[in-house]
Amino acid sequence: MLDWLLVIAAILCALQVVRSPRLLSSALWLAGVSALVSILLYRLGAPEVAVIELSVGAGLVTVLFVFAFNIVGEEGQTAASLIPRPLIWGLVLLAAALLGWYTLPVASFPDRAAEPSFAVVLWEQRGLDVLVQVALIFSGVMGLTGLLGGVHQLRKDQALQETVSSLPESPPPPLSTPEYEPAIEEVQV
Amino acid sequence: MNALLSDPASILVIGMLGLLGVGFYGLLAVRNLIKMVAVLQILIKAAVLALVLAGRASGQVNLGQSLAATVIVADTVVAVIGLALAVQVRRRCGTLDLKKLSQLRG
Repeated sequence: MLDWLLVIAAILCALQVVRSPRLLSSALWLAGVSALVSILLYRLGAPEVAVIELSVGAGLVTVLFVFAFNIVGEEGQTAASLIPRPLIWGLVLLAAALLGWYTLPVASFPDRAAEPSFAVVLWEQRGLDVLVQVALIFSGVMGLTGLLGGVHQLRKDQALQETVSSLPESPPPPLSTPEYEPAIEEVQV
Repeated sequence: MNALLSDPASILVIGMLGLLGVGFYGLLAVRNLIKMVAVLQILIKAAVLALVLAGRASGQVNLGQSLAATVIVADTVVAVIGLALAVQVRRRCGTLDLKKLSQLRG
């Protein structure tokens, strides 16, 4: 029963991410999806990855989203989607029904046999994955640099725009006015 | 049918399919660039759940966890780079709407 509740709550939160008109609400619903998925992962017997999902998915990614909304401003989704909604729902239901047809029913989980610990699997058996993760984190840091550079440039652009809009709109004085005429020196012969 | 609705494995597979469905729906329906990154996050959460489910079903939970950890790292990097791109697009083009962006010329 608890599994059903968690699953339904996660799907409803995910729907709210898509349907919510405000970007900030979307980010908060996404954090809710992460929290519920991490509870499901814990109940599946995967506590390590549940903790990672909770801290990264519900914490770090939400902060990043709120930071990005703060930069670009609240530009909600008001326009209709490019594809008609009934066609989207039809395609999605078809894809989910096909996947369900191939995967369901699932055999019950077997009893947990003795297996190497998570640390042994991650560091010894999947060492290449760890190297890939390091490379990915490096790319992420570069991306964050781009994000912060974008903030700086956006603020500079906004400041420039404000300065230009605050300038008086009167035209510059013509060059033929006496004060702008160059002084003509009389040449004594 | 009763066994399907009461077995935890089947419930979690149904949940994973639901999250995938909502993710696909969002990819097709959403027009805001930042919201599209959020929808990608939903799809990746479904993939993480599927990996751990597969590990649990095959009796290798820790292998599934290890792969899921890699996917979570990749997911975070995708979010960071996607948001950085969205901020740059907003700065240069002044909008995040996909339709307006696809109509830009020059």
